[in-house]
Amino acid sequence: MARHVIAPVDELPPGTRKFLEIDGRPIAIFNIKGEYFGLMNRCPHQGAALCEGPLIGLAQSSNPGEIEYTKLGEIIRCPWHGWEFDIRTGQSYCDPRRFRVKAYPAHVEPGASVVKGPYVAETVTVKVESDYVVVEL
Amino acid sequence: MNIQFRENQEAASPLTVKTAIADCDIHPARATRTELYPYLAKRWQHHLEIYGVHAYQGMMEGPPYPKAQPNASRRDAYPPEGGPQGSSLAFMQKQLLDPNNVQLGVLNPLNTGQGIRNHELSAALCSAINDWQIDKWTSKDKRLKASIVVGNEDGLSAAAEIRERAGDKNFVQVLLLSRNVEPLGQRRYWPIYQAAEEAGLPVGVHAFGFGGNPITPSGWPSYYIEEMVGHSQCQQSALASLVLEGVFERFPKLKMVMIEAGFGWAPSLAWRLDKAWQRLRSEVPHVKRPPSEYIREQVWWTTQPMEDPESREDLFDVIKWIGWDRLLFATDYPHWDYDEPSRVLPAGVSEANREAFYLGNAKKLYGIN
Ligand code: FES
Repeated sequence: MARHVIAPVDELPPGTRKFLEIDGRPIAIFNIKGEYFGLMNRCPHQGAALCEGPLIGLAQSSNPGEIEYTKLGEIIRCPWHGWEFDIRTGQSYCDPRRFRVKAYPAHVEPGASVVKGPYVAETVTVKVESDYVVVEL
Repeated sequence: MNIQFRENQEAASPLTVKTAIADCDIHPARATRTELYPYLAKRWQHHLEIYGVHAYQGMMEGPPYPKAQPNASRRDAYPPEGGPQGSSLAFMQKQLLDPNNVQLGVLNPLNTGQGIRNHELSAALCSAINDWQIDKWTSKDKRLKASIVVGNEDGLSAAAEIRERAGDKNFVQVLLLSRNVEPLGQRRYWPIYQAAEEAGLPVGVHAFGFGGNPITPSGWPSYYIEEMVGHSQCQQSALASLVLEGVFERFPKLKMVMIEAGFGWAPSLAWRLDKAWQRLRSEVPHVKRPPSEYIREQVWWTTQPMEDPESREDLFDVIKWIGWDRLLFATDYPHWDYDEPSRVLPAGVSEANREAFYLGNAKKLYGIN
Protein backbone atom coordinates (compact mmCIF):
# COMPACT_ATOMS: atom_id res chain seq x y z
CA MET A 1 0.00 0.00 0.00
CA ALA A 2 1.59 3.25 -1.14
CA ARG A 3 1.20 6.50 0.77
CA HIS A 4 0.67 9.66 -1.26
CA VAL A 5 1.22 13.26 -0.17
CA ILE A 6 -1.84 15.22 -1.29
CA ALA A 7 -1.47 18.80 -0.06
CA PRO A 8 -0.15 20.96 2.75
CA VAL A 9 -2.89 21.08 5.42
CA ASP A 10 -3.58 24.79 4.95
CA GLU A 11 -4.50 24.15 1.30
CA LEU A 12 -7.31 21.84 2.38
CA PRO A 13 -9.23 23.69 5.10
CA PRO A 14 -12.34 22.22 6.75
CA GLY A 15 -15.31 21.97 4.41
CA THR A 16 -13.20 21.69 1.25
CA ARG A 17 -12.30 18.80 -0.97
CA LYS A 18 -9.59 18.10 -3.49
CA PHE A 19 -9.84 16.02 -6.64
CA LEU A 20 -6.86 14.21 -8.07
CA GLU A 21 -5.80 11.17 -9.99
CA ILE A 22 -3.50 8.64 -8.39
CA ASP A 23 -2.22 5.71 -10.44
CA GLY A 24 -5.01 6.32 -12.93
CA ARG A 25 -7.67 6.25 -10.23
CA PRO A 26 -9.91 9.30 -9.67
CA ILE A 27 -9.78 10.15 -5.96
CA ALA A 28 -11.32 12.86 -3.82
CA ILE A 29 -10.01 13.91 -0.41
CA PHE A 30 -12.31 15.70 2.02
CA ASN A 31 -11.63 17.73 5.12
CA ILE A 32 -14.65 17.38 7.38
CA LYS A 33 -14.17 19.46 10.53
CA GLY A 34 -10.47 18.68 10.63
CA GLU A 35 -10.78 14.98 9.79
CA TYR A 36 -9.62 13.73 6.41
CA PHE A 37 -11.28 11.12 4.23
CA GLY A 38 -10.50 9.71 0.82
CA LEU A 39 -13.07 8.26 -1.60
CA MET A 40 -12.94 6.81 -5.08
CA ASN A 41 -14.46 9.54 -7.25
CA ARG A 42 -16.62 7.21 -9.31
CA CYS A 43 -20.15 6.27 -8.40
CA PRO A 44 -20.68 2.49 -8.31
CA HIS A 45 -24.18 2.98 -9.72
CA GLN A 46 -23.64 4.42 -13.21
CA GLY A 47 -20.18 5.92 -12.91
CA ALA A 48 -20.73 9.64 -12.18
CA ALA A 49 -17.93 11.72 -10.68
CA LEU A 50 -19.49 11.02 -7.30
CA CYS A 51 -17.63 13.54 -5.20
CA GLU A 52 -18.90 16.54 -7.16
CA GLY A 53 -22.20 16.10 -5.38
CA PRO A 54 -23.23 18.04 -2.28
CA LEU A 55 -22.31 17.04 1.25
CA ILE A 56 -25.49 16.59 3.19
CA GLY A 57 -26.66 14.78 6.30
CA LEU A 58 -28.60 11.58 6.70
CA ALA A 59 -32.38 11.85 6.95
CA GLN A 60 -33.90 8.81 8.61
CA SER A 61 -37.29 8.07 10.04
CA SER A 62 -38.45 5.41 12.44
CA ASN A 63 -42.09 6.42 11.96
CA PRO A 64 -43.93 8.59 9.47
CA GLY A 65 -43.91 12.08 10.93
CA GLU A 66 -40.64 11.64 12.81
CA ILE A 67 -37.45 12.61 11.06
CA GLU A 68 -33.95 12.36 12.45
CA TYR A 69 -31.20 14.25 10.66
CA THR A 70 -27.72 13.11 11.60
CA LYS A 71 -24.18 12.85 10.17
CA LEU A 72 -24.37 16.44 8.98
CA GLY A 73 -21.74 17.07 6.29
CA GLU A 74 -20.70 13.42 6.22
CA ILE A 75 -22.92 12.09 3.46
CA ILE A 76 -22.03 12.62 -0.19
CA ARG A 77 -24.96 12.73 -2.59
CA CYS A 78 -24.20 11.64 -6.15
CA PRO A 79 -24.56 14.49 -8.69
CA TRP A 80 -26.55 12.24 -11.01
CA HIS A 81 -29.19 10.08 -9.33
CA GLY A 82 -28.71 11.24 -5.79
CA TRP A 83 -27.59 8.01 -4.16
CA GLU A 84 -26.11 8.70 -0.74
CA PHE A 85 -22.78 7.40 0.54
CA ASP A 86 -21.09 7.76 3.92
CA ILE A 87 -17.74 9.43 3.27
CA ARG A 88 -16.22 7.77 6.36
CA THR A 89 -16.80 4.25 5.08
CA GLY A 90 -18.08 4.44 1.49
CA GLN A 91 -21.27 2.68 2.54
CA SER A 92 -24.29 3.19 0.30
CA TYR A 93 -27.59 4.01 1.95
CA CYS A 94 -29.65 3.09 -1.11
CA ASP A 95 -28.47 -0.42 -1.62
CA PRO A 96 -25.84 -1.28 1.00
CA ARG A 97 -25.85 -4.96 0.14
CA ARG A 98 -24.72 -4.51 -3.44
CA PHE A 99 -22.93 -1.18 -3.61
CA ARG A 100 -20.20 0.61 -1.76
CA VAL A 101 -17.63 3.11 -2.93
CA LYS A 102 -14.03 2.45 -2.10
CA ALA A 103 -12.80 4.51 0.85
CA TYR A 104 -9.11 5.33 1.30
CA PRO A 105 -7.68 6.24 4.71
CA ALA A 106 -6.32 9.79 4.85
CA HIS A 107 -4.57 11.60 7.67
CA VAL A 108 -2.01 14.27 8.50
CA GLU A 109 1.76 13.70 8.68
CA PRO A 110 4.44 16.17 9.70
CA GLY A 111 6.77 17.37 6.92
CA ALA A 112 9.80 15.65 8.45
CA SER A 113 8.25 12.20 8.21
CA VAL A 114 6.90 12.90 4.73
CA VAL A 115 10.36 13.82 3.50
CA LYS A 116 11.78 10.64 4.99
CA GLY A 117 9.27 8.51 3.12
CA PRO A 118 7.88 6.02 2.15
CA TYR A 119 5.69 8.62 0.50
CA VAL A 120 4.95 9.62 -3.05
CA ALA A 121 4.40 13.35 -3.45
CA GLU A 122 1.62 14.24 -5.91
CA THR A 123 2.83 17.50 -7.46
CA VAL A 124 3.27 18.84 -3.94
CA THR A 125 6.49 20.57 -3.02
CA VAL A 126 7.27 19.32 0.44
CA LYS A 127 8.82 21.50 3.13
CA VAL A 128 9.94 19.92 6.37
CA GLU A 129 8.36 22.55 8.64
CA SER A 130 4.71 22.11 7.56
CA ASP A 131 2.11 19.33 7.89
CA TYR A 132 0.68 17.36 4.98
CA VAL A 133 -2.47 15.45 4.14
CA VAL A 134 -1.59 11.92 3.16
CA VAL A 135 -3.74 9.19 1.63
CA GLU A 136 -3.09 5.46 1.45
CA LEU A 137 -3.92 3.32 -1.53
CA MET B 1 -24.82 25.63 -0.98
CA ASN B 2 -21.63 23.69 -0.81
CA ILE B 3 -21.03 23.29 -4.51
CA GLN B 4 -17.36 22.74 -5.11
CA PHE B 5 -15.88 21.42 -8.27
CA ARG B 6 -12.61 20.37 -9.73
CA GLU B 7 -10.71 23.25 -11.24
CA ASN B 8 -10.46 21.50 -14.57
CA GLN B 9 -13.69 19.76 -15.31
CA GLU B 10 -13.13 16.68 -17.36
CA ALA B 11 -15.68 14.60 -19.18
CA ALA B 12 -17.20 12.39 -16.54
CA SER B 13 -18.02 9.56 -18.91
CA PRO B 14 -15.28 7.26 -20.04
CA LEU B 15 -15.48 6.21 -23.70
CA THR B 16 -17.37 3.04 -23.05
CA VAL B 17 -19.92 2.76 -25.84
CA LYS B 18 -17.62 2.10 -28.75
CA THR B 19 -20.28 2.02 -31.41
CA ALA B 20 -22.13 5.16 -32.40
CA ILE B 21 -25.38 5.91 -30.59
CA ALA B 22 -28.39 8.19 -30.91
CA ASP B 23 -29.45 10.24 -27.92
CA CYS B 24 -33.12 11.06 -28.38
CA ASP B 25 -33.65 13.39 -25.44
CA ILE B 26 -31.13 16.19 -24.90
CA HIS B 27 -32.12 19.44 -23.19
CA PRO B 28 -30.42 22.57 -24.43
CA ALA B 29 -30.69 25.59 -22.12
CA ARG B 30 -30.29 29.33 -22.50
CA ALA B 31 -27.15 30.81 -20.99
CA THR B 32 -28.78 34.14 -20.16
CA ARG B 33 -32.30 35.41 -19.56
CA THR B 34 -32.25 37.54 -22.69
CA GLU B 35 -30.65 35.04 -25.04
CA LEU B 36 -33.87 34.75 -27.06
CA TYR B 37 -34.27 38.48 -27.59
CA PRO B 38 -32.51 38.56 -30.98
CA TYR B 39 -35.23 36.22 -32.24
CA LEU B 40 -38.15 38.11 -30.72
CA ALA B 41 -39.86 41.19 -32.11
CA LYS B 42 -39.34 44.35 -30.01
CA ARG B 43 -43.03 44.18 -29.17
CA TRP B 44 -42.54 40.90 -27.33
CA GLN B 45 -39.25 41.89 -25.71
CA HIS B 46 -41.03 44.86 -24.15
CA HIS B 47 -44.02 42.73 -23.24
CA LEU B 48 -41.76 40.31 -21.36
CA GLU B 49 -40.00 43.15 -19.53
CA ILE B 50 -43.29 44.76 -18.50
CA TYR B 51 -45.61 41.82 -17.89
CA GLY B 52 -43.55 38.64 -17.88
CA VAL B 53 -45.42 35.45 -18.74
CA HIS B 54 -48.66 33.98 -17.45
CA ALA B 55 -48.58 30.21 -17.20
CA TYR B 56 -51.58 27.96 -16.65
CA GLN B 57 -50.14 26.87 -13.32
CA GLY B 58 -50.23 29.06 -10.24
CA MET B 59 -46.55 29.00 -9.38
CA MET B 60 -44.92 31.57 -11.60
CA GLU B 61 -41.31 31.29 -10.53
CA GLY B 62 -40.61 27.75 -11.56
CA PRO B 63 -42.34 24.41 -11.44
CA PRO B 64 -44.72 23.43 -8.61
CA TYR B 65 -42.30 20.83 -7.27
CA PRO B 66 -38.69 21.29 -6.26
CA LYS B 67 -36.22 19.29 -8.30
CA ALA B 68 -33.59 16.91 -6.97
CA GLN B 69 -30.55 18.89 -8.12
CA PRO B 70 -30.02 22.53 -9.17
CA ASN B 71 -31.97 23.14 -12.42
CA ALA B 72 -32.97 19.46 -12.19
CA SER B 73 -29.54 18.83 -13.67
CA ARG B 74 -26.32 16.99 -13.06
CA ARG B 75 -24.16 19.00 -10.71
CA ASP B 76 -21.13 18.11 -12.79
CA ALA B 77 -22.72 19.61 -15.90
CA TYR B 78 -22.19 23.31 -15.17
CA PRO B 79 -20.19 24.63 -18.13
CA PRO B 80 -16.76 25.96 -17.12
CA GLU B 81 -17.55 29.30 -18.77
CA GLY B 82 -20.61 29.79 -16.52
CA GLY B 83 -24.34 29.60 -17.19
CA PRO B 84 -26.75 26.80 -16.39
CA GLN B 85 -26.27 23.15 -17.28
CA GLY B 86 -26.94 22.44 -20.94
CA SER B 87 -26.26 26.02 -22.07
CA SER B 88 -22.84 25.49 -23.67
CA LEU B 89 -22.40 23.62 -26.94
CA ALA B 90 -18.65 23.25 -26.38
CA PHE B 91 -19.15 21.64 -23.00
CA MET B 92 -21.99 19.45 -24.24
CA GLN B 93 -19.67 18.19 -26.97
CA LYS B 94 -16.95 17.48 -24.45
CA GLN B 95 -19.12 15.91 -21.75
CA LEU B 96 -21.78 14.11 -23.77
CA LEU B 97 -21.42 13.95 -27.53
CA ASP B 98 -17.74 13.09 -28.01
CA PRO B 99 -17.10 10.60 -25.19
CA ASN B 100 -20.33 8.71 -25.86
CA ASN B 101 -19.90 8.67 -29.61
CA VAL B 102 -23.29 10.29 -30.19
CA GLN B 103 -24.06 10.27 -33.89
CA LEU B 104 -27.56 11.74 -33.63
CA GLY B 105 -28.72 13.98 -30.77
CA VAL B 106 -32.34 15.13 -30.65
CA LEU B 107 -32.86 18.44 -28.84
CA ASN B 108 -35.97 18.95 -26.73
CA PRO B 109 -35.95 22.43 -25.23
CA LEU B 110 -38.04 22.86 -22.09
CA ASN B 111 -39.09 26.14 -20.44
CA THR B 112 -40.18 27.46 -23.78
CA GLY B 113 -43.31 29.28 -24.84
CA GLN B 114 -45.43 26.19 -24.28
CA GLY B 115 -48.12 26.41 -21.64
CA ILE B 116 -48.39 30.20 -21.68
CA ARG B 117 -51.88 31.70 -21.57
CA ASN B 118 -51.20 34.52 -23.98
CA HIS B 119 -51.31 32.62 -27.24
CA GLU B 120 -49.63 35.31 -29.35
CA LEU B 121 -46.73 35.44 -26.90
CA SER B 122 -46.64 31.66 -26.79
CA ALA B 123 -46.37 31.46 -30.59
CA ALA B 124 -43.68 34.17 -30.68
CA LEU B 125 -41.58 32.48 -27.99
CA CYS B 126 -41.86 29.06 -29.60
CA SER B 127 -40.82 30.44 -32.96
CA ALA B 128 -37.90 32.25 -31.31
CA ILE B 129 -36.80 29.03 -29.60
CA ASN B 130 -36.84 27.27 -32.95
CA ASP B 131 -34.66 29.95 -34.59
CA TRP B 132 -32.35 29.80 -31.58
CA GLN B 133 -32.03 26.03 -31.88
CA ILE B 134 -30.78 26.39 -35.44
CA ASP B 135 -28.46 29.30 -34.68
CA LYS B 136 -26.91 28.08 -31.47
CA TRP B 137 -27.04 24.29 -31.88
CA THR B 138 -27.93 22.47 -35.07
CA SER B 139 -26.04 24.74 -37.48
CA LYS B 140 -22.94 24.44 -35.28
CA ASP B 141 -22.92 20.68 -34.82
CA LYS B 142 -24.34 18.43 -37.50
CA ARG B 143 -24.96 15.62 -35.02
CA LEU B 144 -27.68 17.68 -33.36
CA LYS B 145 -31.25 17.88 -34.65
CA ALA B 146 -34.00 20.04 -33.21
CA SER B 147 -37.62 19.50 -32.23
CA ILE B 148 -40.13 22.07 -33.45
CA VAL B 149 -41.53 23.71 -30.34
CA VAL B 150 -45.12 24.86 -30.84
CA GLY B 151 -47.70 26.86 -28.93
CA ASN B 152 -49.53 23.70 -27.94
CA GLU B 153 -52.77 25.24 -26.66
CA ASP B 154 -53.43 27.05 -29.93
CA GLY B 155 -53.65 24.37 -32.58
CA LEU B 156 -53.76 26.84 -35.46
CA SER B 157 -50.60 28.76 -34.59
CA ALA B 158 -48.90 25.47 -33.78
CA ALA B 159 -49.82 24.06 -37.18
CA ALA B 160 -48.58 27.24 -38.87
CA GLU B 161 -45.21 26.91 -37.11
CA ILE B 162 -44.93 23.27 -38.18
CA ARG B 163 -45.72 24.13 -41.81
CA GLU B 164 -43.17 26.90 -41.79
CA ARG B 165 -40.43 24.53 -40.57
CA ALA B 166 -41.51 21.55 -42.68
CA GLY B 167 -38.73 20.36 -44.97
CA ASP B 168 -36.03 22.13 -42.93
CA LYS B 169 -33.46 19.44 -42.20
CA ASN B 170 -32.57 21.06 -38.88
CA PHE B 171 -35.81 19.66 -37.45
CA VAL B 172 -36.81 16.03 -36.98
CA GLN B 173 -39.94 16.12 -34.81
CA VAL B 174 -42.65 18.26 -33.27
CA LEU B 175 -42.51 18.66 -29.50
CA LEU B 176 -45.45 18.56 -27.12
CA LEU B 177 -45.53 18.06 -23.36
CA SER B 178 -47.61 15.48 -21.53
CA ARG B 179 -49.54 17.85 -19.26
CA ASN B 180 -51.75 20.21 -21.18
CA VAL B 181 -55.01 21.99 -20.57
CA GLU B 182 -56.88 18.95 -21.88
CA PRO B 183 -55.97 15.35 -22.67
CA LEU B 184 -53.93 15.25 -25.85
CA GLY B 185 -56.49 13.48 -28.02
CA GLN B 186 -58.95 16.39 -27.88
CA ARG B 187 -59.96 18.22 -31.03
CA ARG B 188 -58.15 21.46 -30.18
CA TYR B 189 -54.84 19.63 -30.74
CA TRP B 190 -55.79 18.01 -34.04
CA PRO B 191 -54.37 20.75 -36.27
CA ILE B 192 -50.98 19.89 -34.75
CA TYR B 193 -51.34 16.24 -35.73
CA GLN B 194 -52.56 17.09 -39.17
CA ALA B 195 -49.63 19.40 -39.87
CA ALA B 196 -47.13 16.92 -38.43
CA GLU B 197 -48.50 14.10 -40.51
CA GLU B 198 -48.36 16.22 -43.65
CA ALA B 199 -44.77 17.19 -42.88
CA GLY B 200 -43.85 13.57 -42.17
CA LEU B 201 -42.61 14.53 -38.71
CA PRO B 202 -43.14 12.40 -35.59
CA VAL B 203 -44.73 14.14 -32.60
CA GLY B 204 -42.76 13.74 -29.39
CA VAL B 205 -44.69 13.93 -26.12
CA HIS B 206 -42.23 14.79 -23.38
CA ALA B 207 -43.09 14.37 -19.71
CA PHE B 208 -43.84 17.60 -17.77
CA GLY B 209 -45.65 20.74 -18.72
CA PHE B 210 -48.21 22.32 -16.43
CA GLY B 211 -51.68 22.65 -17.85
CA GLY B 212 -53.14 24.15 -14.69
CA ASN B 213 -54.49 20.82 -13.45
CA PRO B 214 -53.15 18.83 -10.50
CA ILE B 215 -50.19 16.77 -11.58
CA THR B 216 -51.76 13.45 -10.63
CA PRO B 217 -55.24 12.22 -11.55
CA SER B 218 -56.23 12.38 -7.88
CA GLY B 219 -54.94 15.80 -6.93
CA TRP B 220 -51.80 17.51 -5.71
CA PRO B 221 -49.36 15.14 -4.01
CA SER B 222 -46.90 16.10 -1.28
CA TYR B 223 -43.60 15.03 -2.77
CA TYR B 224 -41.44 15.42 -5.85
CA ILE B 225 -41.04 11.65 -5.93
CA GLU B 226 -44.78 11.46 -6.60
CA GLU B 227 -44.40 13.82 -9.52
CA MET B 228 -41.63 11.59 -10.87
CA VAL B 229 -43.72 8.44 -10.85
CA GLY B 230 -46.78 10.43 -11.91
CA HIS B 231 -45.27 10.99 -15.34
CA SER B 232 -46.20 7.51 -16.41
CA GLN B 233 -49.82 8.05 -15.30
CA CYS B 234 -49.87 11.25 -17.25
CA GLN B 235 -48.56 9.65 -20.43
CA GLN B 236 -51.08 6.86 -20.01
CA SER B 237 -53.94 9.37 -19.96
CA ALA B 238 -52.47 11.13 -22.99
CA LEU B 239 -52.08 7.89 -24.90
CA ALA B 240 -55.54 6.62 -23.99
CA SER B 241 -56.98 9.93 -25.14
CA LEU B 242 -55.08 9.80 -28.44
CA VAL B 243 -56.41 6.32 -29.15
CA LEU B 244 -59.98 6.82 -27.95
CA GLU B 245 -60.60 10.22 -29.51
CA GLY B 246 -59.61 8.63 -32.78
CA VAL B 247 -56.41 10.56 -33.47
CA PHE B 248 -54.57 7.48 -34.73
CA GLU B 249 -57.56 6.45 -36.80
CA ARG B 250 -57.91 9.92 -38.31
CA PHE B 251 -54.14 10.35 -38.90
CA PRO B 252 -52.91 6.88 -39.80
CA LYS B 253 -49.43 8.05 -40.79
CA LEU B 254 -48.93 9.99 -37.56
CA LYS B 255 -46.03 8.75 -35.43
CA MET B 256 -45.89 9.55 -31.72
CA VAL B 257 -42.85 9.30 -29.46
CA MET B 258 -43.44 8.96 -25.72
CA ILE B 259 -40.49 10.72 -24.09
CA GLU B 260 -39.22 10.36 -20.53
CA ALA B 261 -42.09 8.58 -18.89
CA GLY B 262 -40.93 4.98 -19.00
CA PHE B 263 -42.41 2.20 -21.11
CA GLY B 264 -42.95 -0.70 -18.68
CA TRP B 265 -46.59 0.30 -18.32
CA ALA B 266 -47.33 0.11 -22.04
CA PRO B 267 -48.41 -3.54 -22.26
CA SER B 268 -50.79 -3.39 -19.30
CA LEU B 269 -52.39 -0.17 -20.52
CA ALA B 270 -52.90 -1.74 -23.95
CA TRP B 271 -54.39 -4.92 -22.49
CA ARG B 272 -56.79 -2.93 -20.37
CA LEU B 273 -57.79 -0.69 -23.27
CA ASP B 274 -58.39 -3.72 -25.49
CA LYS B 275 -60.58 -5.38 -22.92
CA ALA B 276 -62.67 -2.28 -22.24
CA TRP B 277 -62.95 -1.61 -25.97
CA GLN B 278 -64.42 -5.06 -26.61
CA ARG B 279 -67.24 -4.21 -24.20
CA LEU B 280 -67.67 -0.51 -24.91
CA ARG B 281 -66.86 -0.15 -28.57
CA SER B 282 -70.31 1.20 -29.40
CA GLU B 283 -69.40 4.32 -27.40
CA VAL B 284 -66.39 4.98 -29.62
CA PRO B 285 -67.30 3.52 -33.01
CA HIS B 286 -64.59 5.66 -34.64
CA VAL B 287 -62.03 3.43 -32.90
CA LYS B 288 -62.19 0.67 -35.45
CA ARG B 289 -59.45 -1.64 -34.26
CA PRO B 290 -58.28 -2.89 -30.86
CA PRO B 291 -56.39 0.00 -29.16
CA SER B 292 -53.24 -2.10 -28.86
CA GLU B 293 -52.95 -2.22 -32.65
CA TYR B 294 -52.76 1.56 -32.97
CA ILE B 295 -50.27 1.72 -30.12
CA ARG B 296 -47.98 -0.88 -31.60
CA GLU B 297 -48.12 0.64 -35.05
CA GLN B 298 -47.88 4.34 -34.29
CA VAL B 299 -46.00 4.75 -31.00
CA TRP B 300 -42.27 4.80 -30.18
CA TRP B 301 -40.67 5.13 -26.73
CA THR B 302 -37.52 6.79 -25.50
CA THR B 303 -35.67 4.79 -22.88
CA GLN B 304 -34.69 7.29 -20.22
CA PRO B 305 -35.64 6.69 -17.42
CA MET B 306 -34.72 3.15 -18.37
CA GLU B 307 -36.82 0.50 -16.68
CA ASP B 308 -34.67 -1.34 -14.16
CA PRO B 309 -36.47 -4.39 -12.75
CA GLU B 310 -34.61 -6.82 -10.52
CA SER B 311 -34.75 -9.53 -13.14
CA ARG B 312 -33.62 -8.65 -16.64
CA GLU B 313 -36.02 -11.30 -17.96
CA ASP B 314 -38.89 -9.07 -16.82
CA LEU B 315 -37.41 -6.23 -18.81
CA PHE B 316 -36.97 -8.39 -21.89
CA ASP B 317 -40.58 -9.59 -21.64
CA VAL B 318 -41.88 -6.02 -21.67
CA ILE B 319 -39.64 -5.07 -24.57
CA LYS B 320 -40.73 -8.13 -26.47
CA TRP B 321 -44.33 -6.93 -26.29
CA ILE B 322 -43.40 -3.38 -27.29
CA GLY B 323 -40.93 -4.48 -29.96
CA TRP B 324 -37.16 -4.06 -30.09
CA ASP B 325 -37.77 -1.85 -33.09
CA ARG B 326 -39.74 0.69 -31.02
CA LEU B 327 -37.26 1.85 -28.38
CA LEU B 328 -35.09 4.93 -28.83
CA PHE B 329 -32.12 5.31 -26.52
CA ALA B 330 -31.97 8.60 -24.59
CA THR B 331 -29.80 10.02 -21.81
CA ASP B 332 -31.87 13.08 -20.79
CA TYR B 333 -28.63 15.10 -20.58
CA PRO B 334 -27.99 17.28 -18.63
CA HIS B 335 -30.77 16.36 -16.26
CA TRP B 336 -30.00 14.66 -12.99
CA ASP B 337 -31.69 11.37 -13.80
CA TYR B 338 -29.39 10.97 -16.83
CA ASP B 339 -28.88 7.40 -18.09
CA GLU B 340 -25.30 6.39 -18.82
CA PRO B 341 -25.23 4.65 -22.23
CA SER B 342 -22.79 1.94 -21.21
CA ARG B 343 -24.79 0.97 -18.13
CA VAL B 344 -28.47 0.87 -19.09
CA LEU B 345 -28.88 -2.26 -21.13
CA PRO B 346 -28.26 -5.59 -19.39
CA ALA B 347 -26.18 -8.26 -21.07
CA GLY B 348 -27.91 -10.90 -23.15
CA VAL B 349 -29.25 -8.77 -25.99
CA SER B 350 -28.48 -9.82 -29.55
CA GLU B 351 -26.18 -7.63 -31.63
CA ALA B 352 -29.03 -6.68 -33.98
CA ASN B 353 -31.33 -5.62 -31.12
CA ARG B 354 -28.55 -3.65 -29.42
CA GLU B 355 -27.86 -1.77 -32.62
CA ALA B 356 -31.57 -1.01 -33.08
CA PHE B 357 -31.91 0.11 -29.46
CA TYR B 358 -28.90 2.42 -29.49
CA LEU B 359 -29.03 3.81 -33.01
CA GLY B 360 -30.95 2.07 -35.79
CA ASN B 361 -34.51 2.76 -34.63
CA ALA B 362 -33.82 6.44 -34.13
CA LYS B 363 -32.15 6.88 -37.52
CA LYS B 364 -35.05 5.20 -39.22
CA LEU B 365 -37.76 7.10 -37.36
CA TYR B 366 -36.09 10.49 -37.75
CA GLY B 367 -34.96 9.84 -41.32
CA ILE B 368 -31.21 10.22 -40.72
CA ASN B 369 -28.80 8.40 -43.04
S1 FES C 1 -24.32 7.37 -10.98
FE1 FES C 1 -24.33 7.90 -8.90
S2 FES C 1 -26.33 7.58 -8.29
FE2 FES C 1 -26.34 6.96 -10.34
